[in-house]
Amino acid sequence: MGDYPSSRSENATASDSGVIGRHTRGAGTGVSPSSHDEPPFGGGGGALPKKARFGMEAGFKGLSVAAGAMVLVIIVAIAIFLISKAVPAIRADNENFLTFNQWFPNETEPRFGIAVLAFGTLLTSIIALLVAVPIALGIALFLSHYAPRRLATPLGFVIDLLAAVPSVVFGLWGRDVFMEPVREFSTWLNKYFSWIPIFGGDGPFGRSVLLGSLVLAIMVLPIVTSLSREVFRQTPGMNEEAALALGATKWEMIRTAVLPYGKPGVIAAVMLGLGRALGETIALAMTLGIVFNISFNIIENGGNSIAANIANAFGEANETGRGALIASGLVLFAITLVVNMAARAIIYRRREFRDSAA
Amino acid sequence: MSLLDREAAGVVMTPDNIRTKRLPLGINLGIAAAGLLIAAAVVYGFGIGNYVLVVVLGVVFYLIGLQVVAGRIEGPRTARDRMWKTLIYAACVLAILPLASVVWTLVSKGVERLDGNFFGTSMNNIGARDPEGGAYHAIIGTLEQVGIATLIAVPLGVLGAIYLVEYGRGRFANTVRFFVDVMTGIPSIVAGLFILSFWVLIVSPWFNNGTPRFSGFAASLALTVLMLPTIVRSTEEMLRLVPGPLREGAYALGVPQWKTILKVVLPTALPGIVTGVMLAVARAAGETAPVLLVAGGAASINFNPFEGGQQSLALFVYQQAGDASRYAPARAWTAALTLVAIVLILTIAAKLLARRNSLSK
Repeated sequence: MGDYPSSRSENATASDSGVIGRHTRGAGTGVSPSSHDEPPFGGGGGALPKKARFGMEAGFKGLSVAAGAMVLVIIVAIAIFLISKAVPAIRADNENFLTFNQWFPNETEPRFGIAVLAFGTLLTSIIALLVAVPIALGIALFLSHYAPRRLATPLGFVIDLLAAVPSVVFGLWGRDVFMEPVREFSTWLNKYFSWIPIFGGDGPFGRSVLLGSLVLAIMVLPIVTSLSREVFRQTPGMNEEAALALGATKWEMIRTAVLPYGKPGVIAAVMLGLGRALGETIALAMTLGIVFNISFNIIENGGNSIAANIANAFGEANETGRGALIASGLVLFAITLVVNMAARAIIYRRREFRDSAA
Repeated sequence: MSLLDREAAGVVMTPDNIRTKRLPLGINLGIAAAGLLIAAAVVYGFGIGNYVLVVVLGVVFYLIGLQVVAGRIEGPRTARDRMWKTLIYAACVLAILPLASVVWTLVSKGVERLDGNFFGTSMNNIGARDPEGGAYHAIIGTLEQVGIATLIAVPLGVLGAIYLVEYGRGRFANTVRFFVDVMTGIPSIVAGLFILSFWVLIVSPWFNNGTPRFSGFAASLALTVLMLPTIVRSTEEMLRLVPGPLREGAYALGVPQWKTILKVVLPTALPGIVTGVMLAVARAAGETAPVLLVAGGAASINFNPFEGGQQSLALFVYQQAGDASRYAPARAWTAALTLVAIVLILTIAAKLLARRNSLSK
């Protein structure tokens, strides 16, 4: 009641004017009279109450604006505080932070660099996406175009549940269960394909980039699947029917009508998956070999990533060590921010395009 | 008529030759069996692998055989159609396999320690040789941390969504909306590092005689950062579904806008908002990385989230998995089973609630 202490009829008059002013713009679309500062119609003399400057309306609006701005504040604050802790550590670093490939930040003469970690992060994420994206697109097409409705709904539900399983559980599963098959597979690959450098080496195998990437692929799968499924579902029925009417088989219809239409959405989905893969921590901390060297060999014990290194090295880090980890986190934050912004920009452009076309 | 006469004179029109020829199911199955047999012969004959390779090679041979045979009978285009269909079905099977394996291992390994002792005791004074020890302290920690995070994130998130839907116009609102989306993709470890550098290392020393203090509350703050964008997005979508005439009816009765939002818009959208909050809570409960950085991870029961280290269920799984004790894996798996049970119950309840929700239909 706050700002309208007078009688109820006056109250009604005041708000009425706001509604009229707004109705002329967009009736029925649910837009609200957010601007009460428009002058009321007709003047009306003394019957209209004075608009309270600091009433409930202004207060509530202020609160909600503040809550909305909070998101921007948090993102800026993340950058500021990470930088504030990272800069002293990078100053103390005796090597080049970007190119040095060892991690000894806790010693009296700290030497650390992010080269290995950044390389490992990219390598695991890219392999994970190479495995996950074709499968995810297959499932998305199955759910949107092949499966009968009775099967598509529960299967989509199961895929969503896959997204809800915590990453630590995938890490535990990858380490205790999945490692054995991957080790056998690696040994097999090494036996017959060791002439390819990425499958070379003489072991031991198992806790490798391959294991980490495959676990990561399983975790990225639901994100790419659910977004692509939505995009594929939105293909205009006219396009599909036109393709079928021209005699296209189902696959030709998908290739000529569904895939081109969904392409921007699929790219965005892949980039969101990439963002998730880059930032994944615990599952990789439990499955990678945590070794500091740059190697393309994906089946030997080894591999590392920025996030996994933070989780592993945090326990014994001193102040410079923490700063160094925060600095690596800052790099990760910057990379994921760019990837996510690019993905969202693609989705946004597409949405506006669709709205204007409709 | 004339074309048909010219091109294929003398062909009698019977149902058999005007219909498109289809590959009979028997031949299809035959190709599959033959593919598997050849694969088995090759693999075991040369001794180059086990049954997994047989299946993989079998699928490859089946695809090749299908391409050749169906190409003869149905034409190359239909054959390609068949091949892609097979690949798409195979992708589905491939995705179900790990999930089934995860669920099976969780249950089979998790029941080992699923007893009263596990849910009633902490890890206090539990050495490497003790088979006992439980996750009571971790469950307390998870509930308190997620509870506090929800208390902070829900009002903020709902108000933010109200701003985006009811008040937000123009460039600033679009910027906020864009960055809410971007924020959903922030890695959880970065949120943990943010709270570490902001709360634990800078703010908490003020209250603690100058030494940084790891606490459950810091973990709540990190979880808040992760929950906020999810809640804003789901609430925003729900608020947009509230029909405009409901609002206009309230305005026509002279209800001010803030009251319309509180008394008309929010109650209408409430079931959907609750669904979104439950999904966000489920996600936050499973987060390990931020808790690992800021909560401290104590082994004893600590009800106070503001003082002393706290454990959480996800962190407990991680720590037990890294523990050298031969009893630790059993504890890790049981804790994982508990965690997945909590998360999945929340998720499934949220989805069922969403299905009953009249707005989103």
